[in-house]
Formats: sequence, structure tokens, C-alpha cells
Amino acid sequence: MNADVLVIGGGLHGLSAALQSARRGASVTLVERHFLGRHASGATAAGVRALGRHPAELPLSLEAAGDWHRMSELVGDDCGFVACGQLQVAEDEAAFSAVKARVERLQAKGFTHERIVGPDELRTLVPDLSAHCLGGAWAIADGSADPHRTIRAFRDAALAAGVRVTEECKVIALTRRSDFWRAETSQGSIEAKVVVNAGGAWAADVAALAGDPLHHAIRTSMMVVTERTVARIGPVVSSLGRKLSFKQTAQGTLLIGGGSQGRLAADRQSATVDVVALASSVKAAVRLFPTVGGLRIVRTWAGMEAMTEDHLPVIGFSRRVEGLVHAFGFSGHGFQLVPSVGRVLADLICEGRTKHDLTAFDTNRVAAERAAA
Amino acid sequence: MTYDVLIVGAGPAGMSAAVQLSRDGLAVAVVDEQPAPGGQIWRGVERNMSGPVSRALGADYRKGLALVEAFRASKAEYMPETQVWQIEEGWSVFLTSGGRARRVSARIVLLATGAQERPVPFPGWTLPGVMTVGAAQILLKSGGMLPEGRVWIAGAGPLPLLYATQALDLGGRLAGYLDTAGRPGLAVLQKLPGAWRDLAGLAKGAGWLRALRRKVDIVRDVKDLRAEGEGRLEHIEWSRHGKRQRVEADVLLVHEGVVPRIHETLALGCAHDWRAGQGYFAPRLGRWGEASRSGLFVAGDAGGIGGWSAAMVSGEIAALGIAARLGKGGDVEERRRQARLDDRRARALALRPLLDALYPPLRERLPDETIVCRCEEVTAGTIRAVTRTSVPDPNAVKAATRCGMGPCQGRQCGYTVQALLAEVHGVPVGSVAFFNIRPPLKPITLAEIASLEDMETAG
Repeated sequence: MNADVLVIGGGLHGLSAALQSARRGASVTLVERHFLGRHASGATAAGVRALGRHPAELPLSLEAAGDWHRMSELVGDDCGFVACGQLQVAEDEAAFSAVKARVERLQAKGFTHERIVGPDELRTLVPDLSAHCLGGAWAIADGSADPHRTIRAFRDAALAAGVRVTEECKVIALTRRSDFWRAETSQGSIEAKVVVNAGGAWAADVAALAGDPLHHAIRTSMMVVTERTVARIGPVVSSLGRKLSFKQTAQGTLLIGGGSQGRLAADRQSATVDVVALASSVKAAVRLFPTVGGLRIVRTWAGMEAMTEDHLPVIGFSRRVEGLVHAFGFSGHGFQLVPSVGRVLADLICEGRTKHDLTAFDTNRVAAERAAA
Repeated sequence: MTYDVLIVGAGPAGMSAAVQLSRDGLAVAVVDEQPAPGGQIWRGVERNMSGPVSRALGADYRKGLALVEAFRASKAEYMPETQVWQIEEGWSVFLTSGGRARRVSARIVLLATGAQERPVPFPGWTLPGVMTVGAAQILLKSGGMLPEGRVWIAGAGPLPLLYATQALDLGGRLAGYLDTAGRPGLAVLQKLPGAWRDLAGLAKGAGWLRALRRKVDIVRDVKDLRAEGEGRLEHIEWSRHGKRQRVEADVLLVHEGVVPRIHETLALGCAHDWRAGQGYFAPRLGRWGEASRSGLFVAGDAGGIGGWSAAMVSGEIAALGIAARLGKGGDVEERRRQARLDDRRARALALRPLLDALYPPLRERLPDETIVCRCEEVTAGTIRAVTRTSVPDPNAVKAATRCGMGPCQGRQCGYTVQALLAEVHGVPVGSVAFFNIRPPLKPITLAEIASLEDMETAG
């Protein structure tokens, strides 16, 4: 089987890159070791957030924000996106000063997506919020989406654009020939001019196969979902300095996450929930919303994703191997960036360059020494 | 506090193991969800020792009292009305009782969590008025309660026969009994020689059937069962030899056998084997009942359905294996021989092959409109449609449909989803996995889990 592009990894970033490349006329094959969205993309809280972004990510994030508001145009479905806004609350004076300082810096640079709210407006936005919260930063255009619906919408759009998707297909070897790649997989071999490494928590394994050794940590962020309850919380709420994000889904369940880490298995192939660590996130949630304590937890889980030291993703061409593009290491906040990063990757794949400045996402940051031959 | 052994479940297996391990001088704790020991089989046995309910429940039920009394008299620490919601290797067991969460440590964990009824989806099974025979029997054991109105039983296996006999003895009335088991084939005859080892058991079953026939209309070869009604059960309908029949009904009790409770062993990533004859997964156990995770033992129906007497024996065997692991118990091989545990177990299991042949798991094609996942109301048709475009992995179906995401964690829909995936993809049922199981094993509240953090900080 031959293709212009072989995307390795059937998470949202792989699907988005495949979709955008196929729309520009490339023939694209995507392979996924398990099933689409098996790991981070299916385990995410699906926050659509420009709030609190690292400045280097802001251009991609703000472009993506526009995409989310017109998601039907991109993939034929709104992906369950609701522009409910995101609110970062400050629970004490120090936190409130830090939030204010950040928003002032943003506004000085001309960014308007965040603004400061005081205690009264806080109560109007989220009446159930505990009285001790002093204020916060409010991003009205932010929101959240349905991760599984997003995966299906991106898959269906990719298939309609001509992408060949193969699940339960593991890449075993990658060999660079004169000007193309030959991939041996559990379902036969594939030849392609460009390989996209969207391997998520296993991105380093893919890179190693391609002869571009690099290293990253693995995040195992935990989530909690409760039984359904009456509609009570509109925006997605986080708290500065705490590992907490809190939202009510369209189904009426409460979803609590925010970065508490589970336990990574020694072989780095799976992660399990650490309930003691989780209890501290839940305690922070109940502190913010005292009225929800009686709700039953239905399920918890730990998702797996690549994490870099500076928590910024790796996006761009390999510095060592020709025809290899990396897109991984989103470090727990890649969901919102899916539409814009897919477009950047298609730029690189189809045109060899992009108008976005990718300096902060350079592969050199994560390069490992090549093992002696 | 660290126990030598933490036993989950105070039924026949758990109590037997607890009594013996305590005698061997080990510090044992037994956690159980019910307010009194006995498990499902001997639920309420201490309270039901006299009167008409006791008589109706029969001699096997009353036999439980001796073990309950031995368990009460043992040194094992008993924690009733306590739920296990997470088990971590090492071993930490997380519990809730009285609205508080806590963690206890143990060197060995023994799961004696028993069985659950196999969920039987059919059109209308979620209507109020339709319940399982097992649930009806709980009401009987808990307070002598019997269903009222036009009561029908539909199902297969010994439990509906037993329940019908008990209910009639207590003056209950049955409108009819629908036998959903197919006609016994040759396979059944082949199993008869082995079954004679449990002549008493055979005679008991035959006796139930004779008594029942005198009092109730038994309809055999029932297929394509449906329950109908506006907001609650009003009619049931079935096919027999190609003809549809329809009757009025107020209560329909259904049962298609029991399956091991495997959520605990699945959550811990233990190896499981598919048992095709019985249509369920069971944890792979060593000869002392140890699962594929070192230090985790399983006894009783949780390791494969065998009934209460086999459960007691497997509890004793596991207790010996655990004692040996902890450097106690002396020559456990010799004790195993002396107590003739293997022979007793073989005798207790003698009827199983015959029962398995008589009552194989149902293999009727589910109509598309049937609700499979009660929690999220996902139909068979939706599951078939979704899996056609993906791989035969129940977790992919879960992500795409929310099937199995509800509070029951797939306990109601797991095997049905598995069968549907096998049907659509044309692969053997046993080659399809079960859902990934995530904590909590039992729903706990946000406030309860938050209280755990307080405890950890204080400690």
C-alpha cells in the first residue's frame, strides 16, 4: 500500500492532521494500534480553553478557538461544543493578585480573551460557588466539548476526505529509503513520503523506530465522573494553584479533573488510578462546590499522554530524519488545539512550511543522544 | 491496622476461610455489604430460623446457620454493611461504611464475592413489574415478602424452580411458568453418569419439578419473550412452536442463571478464561485458589459457579493456601488430603456438567429495539451499528455510545455487548474482551472520597 502521508496514531491530533492533509489533496493512511481515541483523546475532560495558556501557545489556541465556534464547517458536527465559558477562580488574596497580574499582562499585549471578575460577578456566573472565592479570570468564548463525539466527527470527516484508517494496526518497523518511508505493521507494509508521529504517550517509541530518539515523560491525569444531577454549573471552573478543573457535561454528570496523577505501570503501557491522590482533587472540588458532596462517583480513570519538561508540545519536522513530522507532548492541554495544529501539520506536510512560528515547539528540546551504532 | 488476610464477602466461601484462618492464628478481617453474615444463599438465616419462611426456604438454607455461628464465634473481625470500592496491589483495600471512606492494609486478599444473576435483556425487560428471580428471593428472605397479582416466572435453571416451590409453599400464587431452556439434547444424557454422584441433588430438582407441575401451568420451549405495558408491565408475549401467545401480567420474574462476580479481578488486571459451556469469564486460579496476581486469592462462585457446598470447600482450600503463604498452617498438603477437600469438591460439583448441559446460556438473536444498557438506555441496534465501523472491542463501543458508562459499570450489559460484537464481526464470543473496569467498584460519594484525604493527612 502506498500513500503520500502515513499518520501513526489515531488520536485527535493524528486524525486532524490526516483530515487537513487529505483535504489538500494528499493521499493519507492513518494507523492506530488499538482503536481511535483509545488513550488521551478518549480520556480527556475536553476543555476548550484559551484561558491561562502559555503565551507561545496563544496564536494556535486563539486560531483554534475560532474553529471551535464554527466546528460544523470543519467536520460537519459541532462535536458537542458549548461556549459555556471558562472561569479560573482565586481562593485567596495571593491567588487573586496572580490572576490579576496575568490578565493585565495579556491586555497590555492586546489580548482580550480573558478579563477579571470580582466576587459579585463570580456569584452571578456560578451561584453554587463557595463564598470564600474572591474573584477570578473569565474567558467567555471558552467552553467544552464531547470528546467521543469529537473523535467520531473527525473520523467521519477524515474518511469522507479519503483518509484510509486502519485500527488494531501496530507499526513494528520504519525504514527510510531514498525518498520515502517503508513501514512494517501488524497488517502489512505501507510506503509513504512523509510520516507523522502522533503517537501520544508512545511518541518516543515511534520516533525511535524512525531513527530520531527523543524523550518525554508520560502524564497520567485522572478524572472523576459522577452520576447525573440537575443543571447547576454553567462554566468550566478551575482554581489557581490547585489541581482542579470542574464542569457539568451535557449529560448532566459532573466531571472533575485537573491534573492529579495516577500510577504509571513500570512498562509504561498502562496507568491506574491512585485514589489517595484523587481524593485531594475531589476535596478541592467539594471545597469550591459544597452542595455537590452527596453525588455518587460513577467512574474514575487515568489517561495517558506525552509530557515535555516545559509542558509545551513538540510540533514540527524532525531535525535528524527527513520526511518525519512530530506532533505530541501536549502535556495535558492539547484538546483545544486540535483544529489549528492539524492545519499547521498539513502546511508542513503539503507545503514544507507554515506561517506559524514553531520555535517554542522545536524537536531539539526533547532530542536524546543517538545510541551508538 | 494491617491484617494478615482481608476477606471480601461473608457467604459460604468467605466464612469458611475466615473460620479456618482464624484457627490457624492469623489476623483476619471480613468485609461484607450485608447487615448479617450468610451471603446471598443464606441471607437472613439467623433471623429466619423458625416459622413458615424458614420451612419454605428448606433444609439447605437452614444448614447455613452452623457456619454462621462458627464464623460469629471465630476471632475474625467482621465488618458488616461495608463496601469495597477499590483494591490496590500491595494490598490496600478502600472501604466505605456509614458515609466515611477508609483504607485498610492486608498481606493477602481473598475475594469471596460470589455470583450475580446473568442479566437477560429482552424487549420490555426494563419495565417496572419485571424483576429477577434473585431479587424476588431476596425479598422473600428479607421479610417473607411475595409478589402479588398475576405473577409469571420465565427462565431456566434451578433457581426459578426453587423459588417457585418456596413461594407456593408460603401460599403465593403463580399465573404460569415459562421454561426458556431448549429441549434437552444428547449432551444431557452424556452428563448423567457423573451427576449420579450427587443423587440427593438430582432428586431434589426432580422433586421441585413434580411439585410445581401439580400446581402451575408449565409452558416449555418458550422463545422470543416480550414484556409490554404503558409505564409498567401489563402483558407478556412469547412464541411457542412458531405461535405467538399473549397474556396479562402484573409481575414477571426472570432468570437465566448466575455468573461469577469478576469486576474486582478484572479491575486488578488478573488473567481470566472464557468458559464457553457456561458463557462467562472466570479468573484463572491456581490449585490453592490464587489468581494471576500474587497474594490475591479467589474462593467460591467468584472463581466459577459451583454453588454453596463447593464454595465452602474452595474457601477451606484457599485458607490452607493462604496460611502456607504466610508461613502458618503446617503441612497443608497433608491437611488437604486429611480433610478430603478435593473429593468433597468433586462431589459438590457433580451436578454442574448436567446443569450446564440442561441450561446453556441463551443464544437468541436480540431484536434491535431491545435496551442493552439500562443505565444509559443504549439499544442492541445502536451497538450493532457502532461496531460495524470499528473493531470488536467493547471499550470502543463504550466510548461511542456510553453503553457501560453508568453506575453499574457494565454489570448489566457486559456480556450482552460481548455477544453482539461477536455476532456482528463473526468471531467467537470468547475472543471478545470484557469492558475495562475502573474504580470505584461501588459508587461512593464525592464527600466520602474527600473524607479519605482527611484521614490520610491526619495519619
